Amino acid sequence: MWTWFYRLASPPYVYRTAAALTPWFFAGAALMIGYGLVDGLAFAPPDYQQGDAFRIIYVHAPSAWLSLFAYTLMAVAGAIALIWRIKVGYAVAAAAAPIGASFTLAALVTGSLWGRPMWGTYWAWDPRLTSELILLFLYFGVISLRQAFEDPARGDRAAALLGVVGVVNVPIVHFSVTWWNSLHQGGTVMRLGKPEMPGSMLWPLLAMLAGFMFFFGAVLCMRVRGEVLSRERQSAWVREAVIS
Amino acid sequence: MTPRRKRMLVVFGILSGVAASVALAVVAGRQNISFYYDPTQVALGKEPPGKGFRLGGMVVKGSVSRKPGDLTVRFVLTDFAHQVPVTYTGVLPDLFREGQGIIAHGTMGPNGEFVADEVLAKHDEKYMPPEVAASLKNKHGVKPTT
Repeated sequence: MWTWFYRLASPPYVYRTAAALTPWFFAGAALMIGYGLVDGLAFAPPDYQQGDAFRIIYVHAPSAWLSLFAYTLMAVAGAIALIWRIKVGYAVAAAAAPIGASFTLAALVTGSLWGRPMWGTYWAWDPRLTSELILLFLYFGVISLRQAFEDPARGDRAAALLGVVGVVNVPIVHFSVTWWNSLHQGGTVMRLGKPEMPGSMLWPLLAMLAGFMFFFGAVLCMRVRGEVLSRERQSAWVREAVIS
Repeated sequence: MTPRRKRMLVVFGILSGVAASVALAVVAGRQNISFYYDPTQVALGKEPPGKGFRLGGMVVKGSVSRKPGDLTVRFVLTDFAHQVPVTYTGVLPDLFREGQGIIAHGTMGPNGEFVADEVLAKHDEKYMPPEVAASLKNKHGVKPTT
């Protein structure tokens, strides 16, 4: 019953698929981010209260969304690896962690720069900000736990388990603005009902979101290939792939 | 039970255990996690006694008054159920205006006035171009339909 699943997850298959997908993902990212930046920064109207400062949303919101998406993907890959003993899952989880941590850092920094003029402070111990900071530390924990073991297989398992357990923080980050009184505003797009934003501002934002997804996919594919190569360096197929 | 099933149970067992304990901690510390108290909670005496805390609400229209030659500002915060008068001396954030949501940190004075030492502006989730905002203001109270 599970043979197709294991075949799909065989290292050479994953290696070749990632190689084939990379240029398409980069093309999608260039197209979407190119359009989103031009339309968002130059043509979208300024906000009635924030003026042009609102345009940081075109980097901030996609980064924050990707920080949660990358974490969930990392946790799912880790869970698959733990349960089905599929080693490629560890490679995907290891490849995703630093990318997700970078998006988290980008979201925190851009939000802080926006918070200073708008809220009047760079940082507040608000539920959304604090849970996003915990997300960053979870990424750091997963990355360093993997390297803390002499035996790489044990490091992989420990990091995957921490990743899976830490996934409880993902809904907390997302719903923190609705569950508690917070300084951070509620969701403008990711909410029940219509987005609280006209189309002229919304389309470039959605394009940036898609572009960031493509970019994440492209970088993930490249990093997965590196991880698979280094993990499978003793195997015959890698020797063949390198020599040919 | 196959080893795979067993591993699946272990992974999801640990995950649900952690999720349950986090959920309990969150429910127990509900008020401590919230960033601010609202005027209703203050009216019910739910704020921490004798300590500084944050008060959040909307600045009542027409309630802002400044002392001439001084940075002291007085205004009233509302959550549309209760009101709390606030006094603050210092520089206000750009977004501070009447009808805007703000969060003030400070203590409750003896006369029922909240003495703030920090004022933050809370931004809401609505974004719109200035022309739309202006035409909405003319129609007065009409909800955005974009």
